[in-house]
Order: sequence, then C-alpha cells, then structure tokens
Amino acid sequence: MNPDLVLDCRGMRCPLPVIELARRIDEVPVGGVVAVVADDPAAATDVPAWCRLRGHLYVGPGEPVDGAPSYLTRRTHAD
Amino acid sequence: MPDVPGGYLDAASTEPLHPAAREVLLAAMDDGWADPARLYGAARRARMLLDNAREVVAAVVGARPDEVSFTASGTQALHLGVLGTMLGRRRVGTRVVVSAVEHSSVLFSAETSAGAVGQVPVDRTGRVDPGMFRSALDDATALACLQAANHEVGTLQPVAEVAAACAEHAVPLLVDAAQVVGRVPVPAGWSLLAASAHKWGGPGGIGVLAVRRGTRWRSPLPHDERGSGRVPGFENVPGALAAAAALRARSEEAESLAASQTVLVERIRAQVPELVPDVEVVGHPTDRLPHLVTFSCLYVDGEALLTELDKEGFAVSSGSSCTASTLRPSHVLQAMGVLTHGNVRVSLARATTAADVERFLTVLPGVVARLRATAGVDRL
Repeated sequence: MNPDLVLDCRGMRCPLPVIELARRIDEVPVGGVVAVVADDPAAATDVPAWCRLRGHLYVGPGEPVDGAPSYLTRRTHAD
Repeated sequence: MPDVPGGYLDAASTEPLHPAAREVLLAAMDDGWADPARLYGAARRARMLLDNAREVVAAVVGARPDEVSFTASGTQALHLGVLGTMLGRRRVGTRVVVSAVEHSSVLFSAETSAGAVGQVPVDRTGRVDPGMFRSALDDATALACLQAANHEVGTLQPVAEVAAACAEHAVPLLVDAAQVVGRVPVPAGWSLLAASAHKWGGPGGIGVLAVRRGTRWRSPLPHDERGSGRVPGFENVPGALAAAAALRARSEEAESLAASQTVLVERIRAQVPELVPDVEVVGHPTDRLPHLVTFSCLYVDGEALLTELDKEGFAVSSGSSCTASTLRPSHVLQAMGVLTHGNVRVSLARATTAADVERFLTVLPGVVARLRATAGVDRL
C-alpha cells in the first residue's frame, strides 16, 4: 500500500508522533492513507489507540524506513 | 504516625503504615529481638511471635500456617515461587504460562527459568480469557502464573476459572495476590501465592510466599544451615508481627473501606471524562479493585503530568514510558491496546477522604489544559 503522506517521526518521543499525526491527517483526502514512521516503541500502541479514539482506521504496520517501523492510518471522516 | 499528605493517591505503590502496625512494631522490637532458631526463653518467645504472625497471614490468604513463609519482599516471594517451582518440576517440563499483564518480576523470573514462556493476551479491559489460558496449557507446562488483580489498571482476573483449568492439567498455579490481600477476598485455587505487606499497610521488607502442601517446590538458593524452610536467613520477627497486625486490622475494616473507596473511585471514573476532554478511562468498569482507577490523557506527556500534579500536592503514578526507568511504555497498557502516554494511576489510601478526591477533581482539568496549551495541542 502506497501512503498518500509519510510522517517522519524518528527521534520523537511519545506523545509527539501521535500529535504529528493528529495535526497532519487533514492533508490527505478522506480515504487517504498516512504512514507514521516512528522509532519510539510507544507508537506501536498509541497510533492504533489514537485511531480508535478518533474514529479513523488503523490499517496495520507499513514498510520499515531504515529499520524504523511505520504505522498506516486511513482517514475515514472529514473532521 | 507517618506524615502522609491528603494528596497521596499512590497506595498501589505503597500503603502508609497502618496505625495498628506501628504499636506492634515497636513492642515487637523489644519483645521479639532474639533468634527464633535458638532454644532459650527469649528465642522461644521470638519463635512464638513469628508463629502467631504466620497464623494470622495464613488465615487471611486461605492457607495452613506451615504453608506460609515470610520473604524480604513481594518481589522476592514471586522470584522464589517461580524459580522454586520450575526447579521442583523440571522433569515435567520447562514451559511457563503467564498472562501478558503480570508484574515484571513474574515475567523476568519466567524468562530466567523457563525454556519457553507462553503469554496469554488480555482484552481491552486488561482481563485474560480463561478459555485462552486453558488452551495455552500443555503437558510440558511446569507452572502457570496469574495475578489476582492488575497492579496498573485494577482489573480483577478470573482466577477461579483459570485455577480449574490448571487443576485439569495438573499444572500448579502461582497467584500474585499483592494487590488484593487486605482489600478484597483472596481467590481460592492457588498452588502458590505471593503478597507484600507494605501494600496492605504493613512495614516494608516483608513479603509472603505460600506454597500449598503437595506442590513440588525446591529452593533455587544454596542450602541454609538454619533449616528455616523456604527462605534463608534470620527472620524479621518484628516486621512479620507488624505485618500481621496491619493485616488483621485491615481485614476487619476491608469491607467498609472497599465500599467507601468504590464510591470515590466511581466518582473519579465518571467525572474525569466529563471534566477533561479526550481522556480514556482504562481497566474493567466493574470487575476491579475498589481503590484504583487509571486514565490516559490524549497528547499529554506522562512525566509532565506527574510533575505538575506533584506541584499541586498530588502523588500519583504513571505507566507512560517517559516515567519508567526503562523508557519503554507499560507492558500492561500495551497488552490492552490503550493509550500509553498521558497515563495516570490514582490509588486511594486508607486515609484518603472524599474531600481529597474532590480537590483532585478540581485541580486536574486545569493541569491538563495548561500542559496541552503549552504543547500547542489544545485545539487538536
């Protein structure tokens, strides 16, 4: 799956990767996919939990970037 | 009396010394100083006090006195419980089955002593499914471990069902009862049980290991000439006696205390999401400890939250990674799949009043709002 937007959150500690995702998910259209690349292990739990709380869809892990895991999120609604 | 401020809301870490324990501790230092392994009057006196303490604890946890040993801590009780059972049952197998949300000392003991560790997942409330636990057991399983209640989110575990499954497979079950002893009834069905006195208002330095008669267990430690059973070394007689006094007093008031704490925790559970936007209260809504509630605040740094609450006079703890010595998020919150950041665990002490809780509810929304405004996330 090719993401519409890749957020490089390497080096950011929790909760910054999720904040970055919240700030920028509006940059993709509804149905679009955002990849969060994050080396903080907390992101593995916090990205799916954020999707659940905000009503977006957590798709699953994406392609790692230089060994850093990535997490795919589909924007499912406008606000 | 211990100097405990009204904002102390971290009883799940340690409960301040119970008033009943203080007097007994001082008296036992005068009366129970001798070596209980010796054969003169003062030694017999110390032995008698130690035996009395053991009887009190045994009655509360549902054991026979000779099944109970005092350890140096709850952690040591868990270490000895896991390692000793693995050694005693190594002919059966080297596999351990644990829930994913056990105390780290159980997980590390299992890692150290087992050939394979089967981790049973939990649901979003932090509870294991007894059916999944049953499926994880096999003929090569030497030991199963399940906490009575989770230390981070307060969810009670289905110990009775899991104990029945373990009995069918003839697998001993170690129950970590640290969070329930002295608070709610101790579940039956355990083969080994561990607890910690400072969690019920006893002194630090006293843990409890109970090993049910007939459970294969062998000390993982060198032989001790004192022959004092499962735990080597000179016993802490005053500490054990004070622990027993605290437990007796605590058990007598447990029901009424649980009832009043349940009301206060219910109020926190209901009010925090009303007063603070974007908060998730975690843990089972009904099958839970009476005194403990945990919630996570979206976009908030856990360490900053603890620091700001401390400035306001509140002592709470957090499972967020930035607050842990390992810099890893809580394995409990991860296993539940709930937010790991902005996490706060509130656990009411025996002396916590409704006014203390109201003050917390008054202060918390402003603290979270300020932190969000500073981080520029208040409009997200």
